[in-house]
Amino acid sequence: MKPLDEIQQRLLREVADLHTVPEGAYNIRANGQSVGRQSTANIEITPKEGVSGLEIRIRPGTKNESVHIPVVMTQSGLTEVVYNDFYIGENADVTIVAGCGIDNCGNQDAQHDGIHRFFVGRGARIRYVEKHYGSGDGAGKRILNPVTEVYQDEDSTVEMEMVQIKGVDDTDRKTLAELKSGARLVVRERLMTHGRQNAVSTYEVHMNGDNSSADVVSRSVARDDSFQRFDAKLVGSAVCTGHTECDSIIMDRGRILAVPGLEANSVDAALVHEAAIGKIAGEQIVKLMTLGLTEQEAEEQIVNGFLK
Amino acid sequence: MLELKHISFEVNADGQDKEIVRDVSLKLQEGKLAVVTGPNGGGKSTLARLIAGIEKPTAGRILLDGRDITDWSVTDRARAGIAFAFQQPVRFKGIQVMDLIRLAAGKTLSVAQACEYLSQVGLCARDYIDREVNASLSGGELKRIEIATVLARAARISVFDEPEAGIDLWSFQNLIEVFEHMRSHIEGSSILIISHQERILNIADEVIVLREGRVAAQGPRAEILPTLIGTPSAVASCIRENGRIGGIGE
Repeated sequence: MKPLDEIQQRLLREVADLHTVPEGAYNIRANGQSVGRQSTANIEITPKEGVSGLEIRIRPGTKNESVHIPVVMTQSGLTEVVYNDFYIGENADVTIVAGCGIDNCGNQDAQHDGIHRFFVGRGARIRYVEKHYGSGDGAGKRILNPVTEVYQDEDSTVEMEMVQIKGVDDTDRKTLAELKSGARLVVRERLMTHGRQNAVSTYEVHMNGDNSSADVVSRSVARDDSFQRFDAKLVGSAVCTGHTECDSIIMDRGRILAVPGLEANSVDAALVHEAAIGKIAGEQIVKLMTLGLTEQEAEEQIVNGFLK
Repeated sequence: MLELKHISFEVNADGQDKEIVRDVSLKLQEGKLAVVTGPNGGGKSTLARLIAGIEKPTAGRILLDGRDITDWSVTDRARAGIAFAFQQPVRFKGIQVMDLIRLAAGKTLSVAQACEYLSQVGLCARDYIDREVNASLSGGELKRIEIATVLARAARISVFDEPEAGIDLWSFQNLIEVFEHMRSHIEGSSILIISHQERILNIADEVIVLREGRVAAQGPRAEILPTLIGTPSAVASCIRENGRIGGIGE
């Protein structure tokens, strides 16, 4: 693997928790180029032809293996669109860690748009973790516009963890999922925006097969002058259960718009949406102050706990 | 020693000034357990909140070991050694029981050490340590966790606002043991409990009766308790709670 500089290594730790080269299959992309790649007996990673991106093929029945495909950018003015396709074989059980870290010290925007498609075979189970992180004090923005498409075959399970806690100026995240019979999708999104950041997260989940289920939960904090929009649409066209939840704390002059969308095309679709937006309860702060924390420390603990 | 000197607390409700606490003076001596009792609406909880610094008195001074802490913040009082157990404990999304106990202790605790506090309040520690302090906990569980956080503080002055409320299922004796254990294990610690319960009054060194915001009686348990037990309201409340632990002063 080509050596990474210190900032790139730091970004890699933030987005993928990687301190050294990961075990198992991986591809590490830095400033638009692959700097290290490894396939395993069961997981094959090959570059796409014609466009930037990868094809990741996981053999049926692969168990307890992982794929890391983090992206780091430290070059101001770089804009890239990357297409990654995952083919997950029947009854495989794997963890996929993606994520993008941008350090922009320059005056031009740095932008990474990752288009991820997952074709999840029958009975397969994946855990997908995607973290976003930004740093650098340049005037150029750090922009991430991920698109995630999930096509779940019968009885498959997808658990997604989407985290963006710091430093990304602009995000427009789109997640689309289609579920066949018995398929199950669980999404946990954690988001914090600050400064003048803008974050839009849109979900559209189609439950097309009987006994499919979706649970999409977002916890978010909007501080300073930031804005968030959470659009969660569930479409139930069979015997299915769907639940979406947006639970948010607003601070300072932060603004949040939560837009529920439930569409039942079958009398046997059971769909629920919950949304709660509010500031930190005064009594929570007082309780932590009685434990010896300052008001500011109390706020931090409450926010950290909320986003944990 | 904690000393309240001529403490008053007024609020303005519906355009009218209302005095919730009126000219209350009392001393909480080192190593002593005092119970403040009296009818509902008598100003007991307000008095506890004034001591913790959640409310600020409109007149009078509060002294801790001779230092005037009247203008100190909640945080400063906590750091000076005042702990407070809320009557209605606060819920937090995401914060775990372990986090709360660690914050209370003000230092890194091992899971075993944190579990010790939970065991003392009668909770099976392993089941609770990773739980979130959120709406999934019952009122009684939350109340015991609240008491555990005060135990973890090992403070010099511990104030409990109606610790018995909501813990019907928990053996009352356990709660009594908690207070007795605190008294003997935290050196020089003083405990102030707001309570209606006779069994809590029975372990008090000193009893203070607060009625309509004023101290109606104050002195050693042996002196004050007999005057309370015989009152018609106390008798009525004992009959009402027939088969349960008798309440006083309702």
